[in-house]
Amino acid sequence: MATIAKSGAVKGPQAPSIVTKIINSLRDLSNTLMIPALAILTAILVGSVMILLAGRDPIAAYTGLVEGAWLEPRGLVQSLLKTSPLILSGLAVGFAFKGGLFNIGAQGQLIMGSVAAAWAGYAFSGLPSWLHIILAMGAAAIAGALWGAIPGALKAYSGAHEVITTIMFNFIASRIAEWMISLGSADGKIPAGPLADPNSGAISRTKPVLESARLPVVFEVPPPSVPNLNIGLFIAAAAAILIMLLVNRTTFGFELRMVGLNPSAAQYAGVNVKRMTISTMAIAGSLAGLAGAVQTLGINGYYEANQSLGLGFDSITVSLLASNNPIGIMFSAFMFGSMDQGTTRMQRSGVAPELILVIQALILMFIAAPQIIRWLYRVRVSGKGGQKLSTGWGQR
Amino acid sequence: MDILGITITTGAVIATLNATIRQAIPITLGSQSGLLSERSSIVNIGIEGMMLMAAFSGYMMNSYLSGSDISTFADDNMRLGVCVLVGVLTGGLMGLFHALLCIRYKVDHIISGTVVNILAAGVTGYFYNAQTETKGKIPPLISNPWEKGDFLYNVGAVLFDKDIITYLTFVIVGIIAFALFRTVWGLRTRSIGENPRAADTLGINVYRLQYTNLFFSGALAGLAGAYLTLADVGVFERGMTAGKGFIALAVMIFGKWHPVGALMGALLFGFLTALQSQLQFFGIVVPHQLVALIPYAVTVIVLAGFVGRARPPAHVGQAYEVE
Repeated sequence: MATIAKSGAVKGPQAPSIVTKIINSLRDLSNTLMIPALAILTAILVGSVMILLAGRDPIAAYTGLVEGAWLEPRGLVQSLLKTSPLILSGLAVGFAFKGGLFNIGAQGQLIMGSVAAAWAGYAFSGLPSWLHIILAMGAAAIAGALWGAIPGALKAYSGAHEVITTIMFNFIASRIAEWMISLGSADGKIPAGPLADPNSGAISRTKPVLESARLPVVFEVPPPSVPNLNIGLFIAAAAAILIMLLVNRTTFGFELRMVGLNPSAAQYAGVNVKRMTISTMAIAGSLAGLAGAVQTLGINGYYEANQSLGLGFDSITVSLLASNNPIGIMFSAFMFGSMDQGTTRMQRSGVAPELILVIQALILMFIAAPQIIRWLYRVRVSGKGGQKLSTGWGQR
Repeated sequence: MDILGITITTGAVIATLNATIRQAIPITLGSQSGLLSERSSIVNIGIEGMMLMAAFSGYMMNSYLSGSDISTFADDNMRLGVCVLVGVLTGGLMGLFHALLCIRYKVDHIISGTVVNILAAGVTGYFYNAQTETKGKIPPLISNPWEKGDFLYNVGAVLFDKDIITYLTFVIVGIIAFALFRTVWGLRTRSIGENPRAADTLGINVYRLQYTNLFFSGALAGLAGAYLTLADVGVFERGMTAGKGFIALAVMIFGKWHPVGALMGALLFGFLTALQSQLQFFGIVVPHQLVALIPYAVTVIVLAGFVGRARPPAHVGQAYEVE
């Protein structure tokens, strides 16, 4: 009692009041948000210079971008629809990074998931909708998991680096998918692919998924706009929260981070590093597979050649931008989804859509090298500095 | 000649070998680029972007000079020479940019490489204008000296009728292989890749060597890009590198960070790619998509099964702090 009273008395005058506590936490918050905010601002300014160089009006271009992405119900819904697969594929990259693995293979895992979801979506009829959706999503997750686990196993047992194998698996996945939906040769010597829709037009695709496998709509856009907001976004958000809990609150997550930080130390502490490598890649793959399922069951209704070209690579940036934090990934995915959606409107003011790539690259650069921002704006913020991800081609 | 019921003609063999070389050149140059960088302890996944940027700048220069009235550039060799130089310098500058981010700002090498790749895709796509024309690409250096019908003509068809960058590529591999293992520069480069602290202690200026090597690394990727738009394809297309930079990295690991090994890997990959495009001439009926995945699958199998555990430079991917 006495000591408490005493320490209380001593601390009394200096003890921070609630107000100062709030001010302090606000200062912390503004400090953490300062760098990203200034990074985005600077990137937009550099983008303006590029727009001016091309002889266009930056204000009109950016107004178009914001209007197209957020200010109309149709645009906002489209932005959110584009966000959902990005969250999931961003998680596929971020989760692997937590375990010290660089999964460039989200693209291939996503394609495999997409194709599997399309197949399960049309091959089973007469199922209740909830069961059919779970079945199709499950098929996508398994296909993605397998496509991730193979490079994981190759890494664990032969030391083949995952950066190379997953890139190769991207190419292999897209070729396999192309074959599955190909129509064969006109003379019939080469048969059509097993999943091909003979009625598809110029762009070959799978047979359309049944109505029972389509993701339920949550918010209907007033007509005549077609795409409606479906539960895909909520599935993605739930996945992000689950992954956060898995990484931060479970033994598995602890071991995962341990392997990520130092595989040799983890091995010494009794973690089965080989098994962790395979399961990390399998879980990452299943997340990317789900991204494909959300795309197929929620948006397109079939798998189409090159439907998600570049999505897997965007997801790397999405994850890096959020420092691989699952909750952060939701926001950076929304930013990327919005930018992607807004470009269509931006193009009306004569600005090529590739401008967005430049802005994304600059944002990533400024966030990864906060010293540049600090030097530019002469601000002193307690940034974490560069993040450490890769251990080179480190052996494990 | 008949093998397994497949008729193999001389023409098809020549076409396959030529396609092998064509495919292998940019990948070889890319792998040498990766090698110089990684031997200096910097991971370079930005080769793809450096190639693309150089392919673009070389092509745009060609297009600009083709339309200009300056008499100096009326000469094809002069014009194309300048264009190749512009491509190589573009690559070199991109290499320095990557080095700056990795060394000065201690950005994770993977992030920096990703920045380079996205930036290149963005800048080239943004400024590319499809309505551009050029007066043509680099002509063959030596034309086939033998007459058609002569047996030697077939040999000549593979050995000659190639542009200067193709020949240069093989020379470069030789130079790098020699320099890396037989010169002071090579010893120093390898030492900063393995143990920069020790190298620093012995008085080697680690950062300066890293910057120099990254410039050359970028320049080699730039030459690969210049090859694409000035010698091989002849025109620029958005995203035309199509993963060649990444395949170059795979080939580098395949060759266990040795210049000649990487060349062999690139030739193997080029051969498998060539085989796929030539397969129809052999009269084989298989879905072409499934044939197209063979080079990638073989790369994985070889990497996992035959090469064994490749040992990278010990310090690669980590920032070094001079004390």
